[in-house]
Amino acid sequence: MSYTQLAVTSVLLAGALDMWAIRTRLLISKVFWTSYAIIVSFQLLTNWWLTSRNIVIYDRHAITGVRIASAPVEDLLFGFALVLGVLALWVFWGRRENQRAARARK
Amino acid sequence: MLKYGYFAMLLFTVLGSFWLEIALRVRVLRRVGRVALSVLPVAAVFTIWDAYAIHRGHWRFDPAQIVGKFGPFHIPIEEYLFFLIVPIAAIMTLEAVRNVKKHWPVGDEAQ
Repeated sequence: MSYTQLAVTSVLLAGALDMWAIRTRLLISKVFWTSYAIIVSFQLLTNWWLTSRNIVIYDRHAITGVRIASAPVEDLLFGFALVLGVLALWVFWGRRENQRAARARK
Repeated sequence: MLKYGYFAMLLFTVLGSFWLEIALRVRVLRRVGRVALSVLPVAAVFTIWDAYAIHRGHWRFDPAQIVGKFGPFHIPIEEYLFFLIVPIAAIMTLEAVRNVKKHWPVGDEAQ
């Protein structure tokens, strides 16, 4: 699979995890999109650093060639899947802790 | 100094986010267990992806701009740190937004 295919797949998997598997539903929350807006602005900066200085070099056959601030657009999908996956698990474990605490009180 | 090119990006991410731990009291680092359970499974998947991508040549790293230490699958140490630091920074951002926007539900509030 190319980087493009893997990047799209990772976003779909992270979305499925959040919306259906563990039902954290961050994708329909204000708190997630506000956090992501902050994160992505920094990500554009760090991606630019890594790619414009050729610290990371991509095989042009593995990507579409569409670039945003020097970085392949695939990097944004990669970052989005990483962030959504982690934040969904973070909320999931927090919810579990509270459910356990509530049960212990009964 | 050139070999710290990738490391500089990691340091920037730490400096840009970890101050929230103190300034906004997000208390992420104190919840080590929950951090580990959230970050490690995702980091594991992305490490496999990284190994595959490096193996297939989707991307490679300039040997002059990394410190030259490698972990399993011949992945640069910077990549492993990336998969730990970036997720923690993301969690701190979410917690900071929660602290500022207290009426916005996150989904893990105590009932």
